[in-house]
Amino acid sequence: MAQKKFNWSKYSQLMLPLISILLIVVFNLIRDPSFFSVEIAKNNVGNTVLTGNLISILNGASELAVLAMGMTLVTAACGGQDISVGALAAIAGSMFVKVLRSGEITVGSIILAFLCCCAIAIVFGAFNGTLVSVFKIQPMIATLVLFTCGRSIAYWINGGATPTVESPLINAIGSFIPGVPIPTPIIIVAICGILFALLLKFTTLGLYTQTVGINQRAARLNGINTTLIKLLSFMILGVCCAVAGCIGVSRLGLINHETLLLEIEMDAILAVAIGGNALGGGKFKVSSSVLGAYAIQALTITLYAMKVPSTAVKAYKAIVIILIVVIGSPVVKAYFSRLWARLKKSGKGMEAV
Amino acid sequence: MMRNNNLKRREPLTDTQLLLTITICIFFAMYGLAMLVWGGGFLRFQQVFDMLNNNAALIIVACGLTIVMIGGGIDISVGGVTALVVMSCIVHMNNGGSIVTAALLAVGIGLCFGLVHGFLISYLEIQPFIITLAGMFFARGMTTIVSLEPQKIAHEGFKALMKTKIEIPWLGYVAKKGNLIPARMEIGVVVALVVLIVVFIMLKKTRLGRGFYAIGGNSQSALMLGVNVKRTRFLSYLISGLLSGIAGFVFMMHTGAGNATNAAGAEMNAIASAIIGGTLLSGGVGNVIGTFFGVLTLTTIKAIVTTSGLRDPWWQSITTGAMLCFFILLQSVVLSQRAKKKAKAKELLKE
Repeated sequence: MAQKKFNWSKYSQLMLPLISILLIVVFNLIRDPSFFSVEIAKNNVGNTVLTGNLISILNGASELAVLAMGMTLVTAACGGQDISVGALAAIAGSMFVKVLRSGEITVGSIILAFLCCCAIAIVFGAFNGTLVSVFKIQPMIATLVLFTCGRSIAYWINGGATPTVESPLINAIGSFIPGVPIPTPIIIVAICGILFALLLKFTTLGLYTQTVGINQRAARLNGINTTLIKLLSFMILGVCCAVAGCIGVSRLGLINHETLLLEIEMDAILAVAIGGNALGGGKFKVSSSVLGAYAIQALTITLYAMKVPSTAVKAYKAIVIILIVVIGSPVVKAYFSRLWARLKKSGKGMEAV
Repeated sequence: MMRNNNLKRREPLTDTQLLLTITICIFFAMYGLAMLVWGGGFLRFQQVFDMLNNNAALIIVACGLTIVMIGGGIDISVGGVTALVVMSCIVHMNNGGSIVTAALLAVGIGLCFGLVHGFLISYLEIQPFIITLAGMFFARGMTTIVSLEPQKIAHEGFKALMKTKIEIPWLGYVAKKGNLIPARMEIGVVVALVVLIVVFIMLKKTRLGRGFYAIGGNSQSALMLGVNVKRTRFLSYLISGLLSGIAGFVFMMHTGAGNATNAAGAEMNAIASAIIGGTLLSGGVGNVIGTFFGVLTLTTIKAIVTTSGLRDPWWQSITTGAMLCFFILLQSVVLSQRAKKKAKAKELLKE
């Protein structure tokens, strides 16, 4: 019993995203039992690939999942959210394309371009991080600066155009590597997830981030460099933006500064919230946020499958979001636990009788 | 913010007043500079009226947002609600509705959003960001459900209302041909100014207005002072929703057309204006007059960028971002300096 209780408290945070995913899955299975069937097909290039709604959910949520990982760290450390991730991803994507277009596209040049776009994203992430950690500005306000001008900077980098990159290598990153049936973005997310897990497992970053988020003063008195931890969380988010930007660019083969990952910042924050992380900072679970990201994408794909027009999806999404957060809200939870206790009590009373 | 008279005498400027003064000074300095360097349009009063005409809706929205921000919350649904109101009112009027019912519809939609937001945020204690974000999604989605096609107003009475402009001859200028062109102001600007004054008086003089500052500054002590924190927070969102509804109507009077992307980014512009005007997102500090000057400052920056010949499309938002960054840093530095001074004074007092 004691063992069981311990496990429950450790994984209780995963319940909210899991329950939401479960609800969506059950709903879909009732609506259309073959919704989650995965088929093997040949795509137009001639590769054997997996297709189906399940794959498109996993594939489509890739950018969101990567951003949600970084966003969780920032939320935990700073008690606020970064609303500039979409803009930053656009900047990183522009840099990626700019470096790629300067020469022939080979594996080496792709790696170089990726490193360049990571560098620029880290610089901008550090800019956000400095505003937050050194000048003690709330994250949402500090990142509002980059939110306002980020996409314009991306436009500036592009020189006022929407350049394209065409290469089978870029195509391999965006869709499928020849001979591998799983879409590459899914593999990239898996790699990112493993790296994150290793980072949190084998360094003190996770513990320190949580400490800073719960009580900054206490953390500082215990010898933690709070400024550095906050700065670091924003720089890691910068790398996540770079990865997401590269995936987004490779998918389309072009960079459109206006539409690349549009409004993804809102979805990323939602993923963190659905993941049950405290938006005021402190306790966090990256895996939970990633599940939240998949829940959001599953919801979107479900709505598309129900033939809801793409512009109206937002309205339905909003209703589901409100339902989920209402169920997860402390007041409602407390009410139900009281109700549960009363039921139990009366049940016991009945037994006694 | 609730200081007694003794303290006030010793420390003449509160944080709110200091930030407000800085903003107003910077606005006049910038506008003066523009008049000196570029002259032309900047020398005419019409320039100011144009700024007001184009931004009447933004001023109203930003007023509502300022109230919410003073109360320590955030409402990012305002732009979405404005767009939804514009679209619904136009569709309503094109299908035979009258101006009065359209106005009621606008206010009703705004109040509905405010009601739901306020209830969920203050009574169910859910993060305001998430709820108003969902509100924004819902409003934007509903706008496209109401009509995906851009709509143009066909109601004759409303068209006449749109064209009605208040002319102020003594602020006009003499054109090259020698005839006097009076300064023109739209009705929406009058609405915006009335809203501004009402909100200003409410924040300054009424019990409710002081309550917003109290819950934003420290909700725990506000509770102990006998402020009904939950009700006050609820009302802040309700007012914000109501003002977004009114803003939608004013927006419609300016453009006369409904589009799914109406008022895109209005929430962020409104937040930026409030911040430039010296409202802190952490709550308890701020003023609608500052927000008004925040809107004017943002517009002046844009006007300066266009007149100064930086015609590439990206410069406008890059300079806006840079300006925003400057204001945020300024606020942070000024406030931290003051906090240090205060701490020092306290120590001296102890000795």
